[in-house]
Amino acid sequence: MSDSRKVSLSQLTGVVGAGNCSIEPGELAAYAVDGMRPAAVARPASQGEAVELVRYAIAEKLAVVPCGARTKLGMAMPPRQYDLAIDVSRLNTLVAYDPADLTVSVSAGMPLRDLQAILAPHRQQLPLTVPFASSATVGGTLATGVDSPLRQLYGTAKDFVLGMEFITGEGVAAKGGGRVVKNVTGYDLHKLFIGSMGTLGIMTRVNFKTFPMPAERRGFMAAFPAAAQALAMLRRIAESPLAPETLEVADLRLAEILSRNLLIGSGDRSSAAGWALLAGFSGRGEVLERYARDLTRMAEKTQASACRVADERERAEMWARLSEAIPLLLESSPAATIIEITTVPSEFGKVLEQVRQIAERHALQTAKLVRAAGVIYFALLPVTKDAKSIEQLAGACEEIFKGAENDGYRAVVPWCPLELKSRLNIWGRAENDFPLMQKVKSAFDPHGIFGPGRFVGGL
Amino acid sequence: MQSALQRELERLLGAENVLTTPEELRLYEYDGSVEQAGPDCVVFPGDRDDVMRVMEFANRHGVPLVGRGAGTGLSGGALAREGGIVAVFSRMNRILEIDAENQRAIVQPGVVNWDVSSAAKPFGLHFAPDPSSQRACTIGGNVLENAGGPHTLAYGVTANHVLGLELVLPDGSVARIGGKAAETPGYDLTSLLVGSEGTLALVTEATLRLVKLPEAVATLLAVFDAVDDATRTVADITARGITPAACEMLDGWTLRAVEEWIHAGYPMDSAAVLLLEVDGLREAVGPHADEIAEVCRANHAREVRRARDEAERDLLWKGRKNAFGAVGRLSPTYYVQDGVIPRSKLPETLRRIAEIGHEMGFEIGNIFHAGDGNLHPIILFDGRDPLQFQRAVTTADKIIEHCVAVGGAITGEHGVGMEKDRLMPLLFNEADLALMTGIRDAFNPRHLLNPGKIFPSGKGCGEIHVRPLPQADARTA
Repeated sequence: MSDSRKVSLSQLTGVVGAGNCSIEPGELAAYAVDGMRPAAVARPASQGEAVELVRYAIAEKLAVVPCGARTKLGMAMPPRQYDLAIDVSRLNTLVAYDPADLTVSVSAGMPLRDLQAILAPHRQQLPLTVPFASSATVGGTLATGVDSPLRQLYGTAKDFVLGMEFITGEGVAAKGGGRVVKNVTGYDLHKLFIGSMGTLGIMTRVNFKTFPMPAERRGFMAAFPAAAQALAMLRRIAESPLAPETLEVADLRLAEILSRNLLIGSGDRSSAAGWALLAGFSGRGEVLERYARDLTRMAEKTQASACRVADERERAEMWARLSEAIPLLLESSPAATIIEITTVPSEFGKVLEQVRQIAERHALQTAKLVRAAGVIYFALLPVTKDAKSIEQLAGACEEIFKGAENDGYRAVVPWCPLELKSRLNIWGRAENDFPLMQKVKSAFDPHGIFGPGRFVGGL
Repeated sequence: MQSALQRELERLLGAENVLTTPEELRLYEYDGSVEQAGPDCVVFPGDRDDVMRVMEFANRHGVPLVGRGAGTGLSGGALAREGGIVAVFSRMNRILEIDAENQRAIVQPGVVNWDVSSAAKPFGLHFAPDPSSQRACTIGGNVLENAGGPHTLAYGVTANHVLGLELVLPDGSVARIGGKAAETPGYDLTSLLVGSEGTLALVTEATLRLVKLPEAVATLLAVFDAVDDATRTVADITARGITPAACEMLDGWTLRAVEEWIHAGYPMDSAAVLLLEVDGLREAVGPHADEIAEVCRANHAREVRRARDEAERDLLWKGRKNAFGAVGRLSPTYYVQDGVIPRSKLPETLRRIAEIGHEMGFEIGNIFHAGDGNLHPIILFDGRDPLQFQRAVTTADKIIEHCVAVGGAITGEHGVGMEKDRLMPLLFNEADLALMTGIRDAFNPRHLLNPGKIFPSGKGCGEIHVRPLPQADARTA
């Protein structure tokens, strides 16, 4: 970009060595954020090198975007300024793994997939089956705060990230938390990084609690004519002693996008109002039988048009597709816009109906995914990407923001075309907690070098 | 406190809600720890507006202000280290809502932990964090100290169960963070506030996650003739990927103290017992319990007993939950430590604690949350002897240093408070501490809210301060 400040290649080379930094436009294109290219990229091989890069950025007043596999760089507002991409993908080592303690410590640039491969031989897992799983790094996954179907049983990253090392906006390496599973020493600074969109600093190391891999896993699918019945089944499960690992409800359009195999009950294929409930559960012998029996009975009682238990192979496929629901939705429309709504289960029905009507008023096709833990992914899927569809999208998003304000749910738009971001702030309106967020931002990044303007309220 | 200030507080809150005489203030000089520090005045706010008034008053007059629940804390978190006002939340004890469908509760900070679970029980729900003091301690204290308990092994600590807070900030303003929904846009302020030990804001309302009561529970008592066998059992259970709902250990010394008083059925001649619990679906509990019993026997358990009914189960737990009371019968003063280690280091750490006790000439009992590596060594000493007290502190420090050396932490659930501020540099360097105090200063710029907690003060960083002599009558952890 023309407004990007001049970055000295020789300075960067001095820190990371030639070959690990670049000012070539061709190479920089891969680091573009919402169409903005940085003036340079540097790939540090150690925390020390990353510290030096940040200090250089402070001295030269450069705006920095930390990144890894770059699968989710568009998940924020465009930065006000962008000079230097600090790519941590070379920080990818296993620091410590104590299988007998179920704890692991890795560099933040390690691909999540590699981490799972380290845990698997010990029959352990990290319950993060997040989108872009084939390349996403630990750091990017945490920085964007993307959730996964497994949150139903295991919670989100803040429930199992034990500690972190990072580099602050003052060019200092610091840490929060620790390596043990229970710890109340000092403020939990590490949890602030989860979902912070890289605006507080650069994560360099993350300590996790790991979880035993269940003995066996199965899936369950049920088809319903309308959302109300699918949601009624969610309620029954919530009231029962069952504790499934994953639990989701998808509309027919989403089920189609995920996989034709998820379609069940041929009678529903023609109906645009069809809904599917998708659950995963685990255990052994009698426990698996109990889940199958109880879920089947509940499906019948809530007027499911069809239901069945999925074997391990089919269950694995279902999870793989469900975990990748976001990228699959993004591929399904040239201007796909995904709204993430957080609310409580009792409001699911009302919110779904409200947003359905809004989309209908703006003549937009939609797909919906409900995570029983309290998240609705509502995708607006225009067939073309032109001025008219951007207009429709902007109108619909604004109405949903308004609905959220009036009805007490929260909505953000983490994935949308760049054109929409000039029309609205994807984070919605800053709330009464915003002054506290400003305090947090200033404490970590007093010079405002990390992704300026990308987060809530222009942070 | 000057009488003019006292009168002003009485005007703000009503005379009946302000205590100022030395006799009245005496109680508030203590909590459950070995610390002592007295306030100049105690107030009992009745609602959020009262809290705002007190905060505004503290600001206007530059007086320190410390929040307090039931005073059961174990690190001096609710003591007025630099004097000033202690605000006791006992009047703000209403459960505002039990939202059974969404498995949430909204409560005031003075509500007793046990009362939340009792109110949720008719809906088949409970509040999972269960500190030993749960029949007395309050949610405000649980939230700000990030309280744990035996069942946090499977269910998580308080931080995993708080979704939103209403705060009164040091500048007197009110903020709401988080809410009933699982998450809200922006930085996760709720996670920052939970466990902030009352140094960032006072809590006036909390939105909690409620958890379903399990369909079936099995409680096991495994009896061992050697401490090593018990600790190896815990390490094996963890390594095998079995997650019990609770996994508590009492060593021989502690179980004898407990048994003499409670008669929970712990064999007097054993070297250690493990109290293990599994819960979940009926079909899962039996096999899980069998699997655990098998690991116990493989590690030479002399006996593995399964509670036959609710009464037997309660009795086994009664022994565990009242252990500190039992210890109190044996020694007028004792020091309960709180350290954490990786579970894989449990056997060597228990051996090291025994060595340290031997070297320092103290009897050290161990009763702790073995399943998550959270140790609670108990050091008995004579509080009338200042030299012995100092020696007990040195002994505790040696244990904590070992915890850190094997990759652990200096506190797992009691908090840093005024007990371990000087130990913070064992885990955190200057840069880490500067960032944390930067956050503290951003929220609490004049340090009027709970001053002198968590962070080592000024130049004295790392040096040992001499504590006041504890009073023999105040040991009721």
